Parts: sequence; C-alpha cells; structure tokens
Amino acid sequence: MTEFDWTQLLDYALMGMLLAVGIAIVRLRNLFAAVMLMGVYSLLSAAWFVTLDAVDVAFTEAAVGAGISTVLMLAAMLLTAREAEPVKAIRHWAALIVVSVAGAALFYAVGDMPVYGDPNSPANSYVGMAYITSTPNEIAIPNVVTAVLASYRGFDTFGETVVIFAAGLGVMLLLGLNSGKKKGDEE
Amino acid sequence: MTPHLVLRVVSKLLIPLIVVFGLYVHFHGDYSPGGGFQAGVIVAAAVILYALIFGIDSAKRAVPTWFVKFMAALGVLLFGGTGVASLILGANFLDYDVLHPDLAHHTGQHIGIILVELGVLSTVFSVMMAIFYAFAGRAPDIPEGEW
Repeated sequence: MTEFDWTQLLDYALMGMLLAVGIAIVRLRNLFAAVMLMGVYSLLSAAWFVTLDAVDVAFTEAAVGAGISTVLMLAAMLLTAREAEPVKAIRHWAALIVVSVAGAALFYAVGDMPVYGDPNSPANSYVGMAYITSTPNEIAIPNVVTAVLASYRGFDTFGETVVIFAAGLGVMLLLGLNSGKKKGDEE
Repeated sequence: MTPHLVLRVVSKLLIPLIVVFGLYVHFHGDYSPGGGFQAGVIVAAAVILYALIFGIDSAKRAVPTWFVKFMAALGVLLFGGTGVASLILGANFLDYDVLHPDLAHHTGQHIGIILVELGVLSTVFSVMMAIFYAFAGRAPDIPEGEW
C-alpha cells in the first residue's frame, strides 16, 4: 500500500507546465504568441484530463480548446492589432487580489473534496452509480458517457444542441455569412 | 502561384484522414470516447484547415454557406424529430426503445443514439463553420509576411 504512485509525478509535471504557460500568457504582449500558448494550455489540460481518466472531456478540450478556439482567436486577431496595449499597474494589482482571494478560497475547499475515485463520493454514489449499473441492461452500449449523454439525459443534450444552434444563428444574423461585399473594400 | 507548397501537400494528405477520423469518432461513439459533438468539431477543423491553407473562397466553394445554414437547422430537426418519432410510436419524448422491436438487444436505443448524435454532429459542424466564416470572412487574407 505504501508504494509510491509514480503517476502523480506526471500530474505534478502537467500542473507545473500549466502554471508556467499561464504565467507566460499573462506576461506576453504579443497576441499571436499568446493565442498559440492558449492552444498549448488547452492541450496540456487535455493531457491532464486523460491522466484523470476523463477521456471524453479530454477529447472535447483538445478539439474545441486547442483546435477551434485557437483558429477563431487567430481570425479575430487578423481584425485587430498584433500587440496588446500596456495595462496600468493598479489594474494588475486589483486583478492579483481577486485571483489570490479566489485561489485561497479554492485551496480552503480542497480539504472537503472527496478522494479521487472515492466510490462513496456524492458524484459517484447516487445517480451516477445508478447509470453505471443500469447502462449494460438498459442501453447495452459500452460507453456509459454516451449512454448518459444521448439517452438518459437526451433532453439536456437536445437543449445544448438548440443552444449551439441559437449561438450560430446569432452570429449569422449579426455578422452575416456572405455579405456580398468583396472583402477588403473598406480598407 | 503555389506558395507554402509543403503546407498544401501535407494538408491535402491530412484533410481526408481528419474527416474520416471525425466520422469514426461519431459512429464509434457507443464504444469509445467521443460522439457527435467531438466529431462535428473535428470535421469542422478539417474544413477550417482547408480554408486556412487554400483561402476562404475555396472553402466556401467546397462547403457553401447555404449548406452550412441548412445543416445547422437539419441537425436540430433530426434530434427533435427522433424525439417526436418516439412520441408518435407511443413512448415518451426521446425514449428510443420503441424505435426498433428488438428489445432484447436494445437496438432501438442504438438507433436513437446514433440518430441523435448525427443531429448533434450536423449542428455542431455547421455552427463551427458559420462562426468561422462570419469572423474569418471579415478579415483580408493572411498577408505573406505573417506566415
């Protein structure tokens, strides 16, 4: 039982890299580099989710966080300047205070968190356990995440799809897809 | 005429593989991580890669804007339609068991999940493409010096 769990070294390494990338993003003025580092940050979080066995979440994080949002940020960056404006020092301090208080609150809460993988934790005991035990009999597919997402909570997923559709509709209505104008006319 | 030759060749090789991988993620979502949402994002990423390398006008010829609008609405309709189909067959909304008589193997559940995820795939892919077209269409192409 007292054997050292070497995989936690991987967790620490990933956490350290996330911290380093986060600090680098805050300190960078070049927006292009910042966008790229945010992609790196997403990919590192995806790797960390994999070590936590949350493969579906990792998949989404890698595809959306590192893939699509990086491209969208780059596209948005083409419309604006390449360098960030310097920010007044007083605003840095205000932000630092907010982050410190929120971080301290989170660390205070860590003591009340259930142990990782605890079968008696609230997330694992009630409805979560019910889904895991009944999926093989009721849905008969191996991936419980898909069963919960598409069948047990199909109504929620329908709502999410409508939300995504509404978001796309809003963008299409506000910005338009094919505005007829040839691009670069304004400039 | 052909700047970024390596990028063009490599992306032409990669884009079909990315699309196939996206479809695999969708249709294998019952057995492995993934599903309609991830598949939609992956397929959209393939088209966006095409747009980045070959220009947004070529991408709009491959995936026209009317197609994007159509598929976004179709996805929601497919998802809702699956629910309505189960309603018509006498069960609750989105209760897939009635979609197929083979209750022993839960075939109805499998059909329902695949249909619903297909709707998610369609909507997510189209909305990602719509957002990309809307934002990227407003900027001039990437200047040569910034590659």
